[in-house]
Amino acid sequence: MAGSREIRNKIKSVKNTQKITRAMEMVAASKMRKAQDRMKKARPYGEKIRNVAAHMSKANTEYRHPFLIERDTVKRVGIIVITSDKGLCGGLNTNVLRRVLGEMRKWQAEGEEIEVCCIGNKGFGFMSRIKANVISQVVGLGDAPDMERLIGAVKVVLDGYTEDRFDRVYIFYNRFINTMKQEPVMEKLLPLTDDKMQASSGSSAQVGWDYIYEPEAKPVIDDVMVRYVEALIYQAVTENMASEQSARMVAMKAASDNAGNVIDELTLIYNKSRQAAITKELSEIVGGAAAV
Amino acid sequence: MGTIFHLDIVSAEESIYSGPVEFLVAPAQMGELGIYPRHTPLLTRIKSGMVRIKAQLKEEELVYVSGGMLEVQPDVVTILADTAIRSHDLDEAKAVEAKRAAEEAMRDKASELDYAKAQAELMEAVSQLAAIEKLRKRRH
Repeated sequence: MAGSREIRNKIKSVKNTQKITRAMEMVAASKMRKAQDRMKKARPYGEKIRNVAAHMSKANTEYRHPFLIERDTVKRVGIIVITSDKGLCGGLNTNVLRRVLGEMRKWQAEGEEIEVCCIGNKGFGFMSRIKANVISQVVGLGDAPDMERLIGAVKVVLDGYTEDRFDRVYIFYNRFINTMKQEPVMEKLLPLTDDKMQASSGSSAQVGWDYIYEPEAKPVIDDVMVRYVEALIYQAVTENMASEQSARMVAMKAASDNAGNVIDELTLIYNKSRQAAITKELSEIVGGAAAV
Repeated sequence: MGTIFHLDIVSAEESIYSGPVEFLVAPAQMGELGIYPRHTPLLTRIKSGMVRIKAQLKEEELVYVSGGMLEVQPDVVTILADTAIRSHDLDEAKAVEAKRAAEEAMRDKASELDYAKAQAELMEAVSQLAAIEKLRKRRH
């Protein structure tokens, strides 16, 4: 009988865990829908500003923005690492951080210095553990990424680029493919690659005319370029959040299912041991009666 | 065409307005700007304020934007609205804040310990379950 109480306690504790994971699964499912919505809503802005930036870069030849100029001396890299704030979302953060670490090793082997901007708690924790050079961070973004909070951290990186502190900026995040699949990706953010400066098809971005810039070209172009890069980062953040919620939902579903299986099995063992105890007691009584 | 043009007002967080309009007034940096169809291509900053929109057969509409960029093409006008209030000094202050937060958080990591601990416990429970499941699969 000693075993059966322990089994009962174990069952209780697994049941409690299951309650938590099931609740988390449902919360994640409803948040996921909102996060996906937010991701979709961010797209029109990204597309529009991309068209403007694309046209501007083709039309205006007098002033080329530093974000567009390829530099040959590669000595320092800036990276933006987007992760989630909270864990319990399967291998989501691990995957992206493994990717980051791999690239960082490669760069370090080539003698390049790396500066990191962390968006999200998990990435920041990781970076401070490996003692990377973190120049800026935002954590605790909540469920809706707030442009207002991103601006500061991003500006540190963009300033670093315009001041020639680094000559390339990469961004790491989880691309949302569908609810079941997310993919860690690395993208080159600065200098802006050609495919990022391509107007979407269907827009009238022929060369041959230029805007009138008010009050003058340079500050307006600067503004557009900074906003464009911010929009790219914002989009990455919204994608990462949608990925986070769906990864969490899947992970928590798996955990709840596993807990259910474990409970079934434990219940079976418990019943068996209870029955064995009863049988034993009965046979003892019968044996005792026969002896008398 | 000719009497109307297409207007899009978008911010990073949502699409605010999209549709054909006849006339538009926006608070540009150099002063209010009225735009009719077939305007010369123009790109300018706008200040925070009201955008007045007159669509065909409709009352005039007012939309608030907290600054942004205004792009004008002969038959398409786009307002890229900021979601945050921007100014050079404000951005600078935010950047300094983000830097400081990074440095500070590197120094002390104790504050969120309780939450982290609770989460670590739950994580352990979950991984235990996963391990049991795996073991069981192997056995069968």
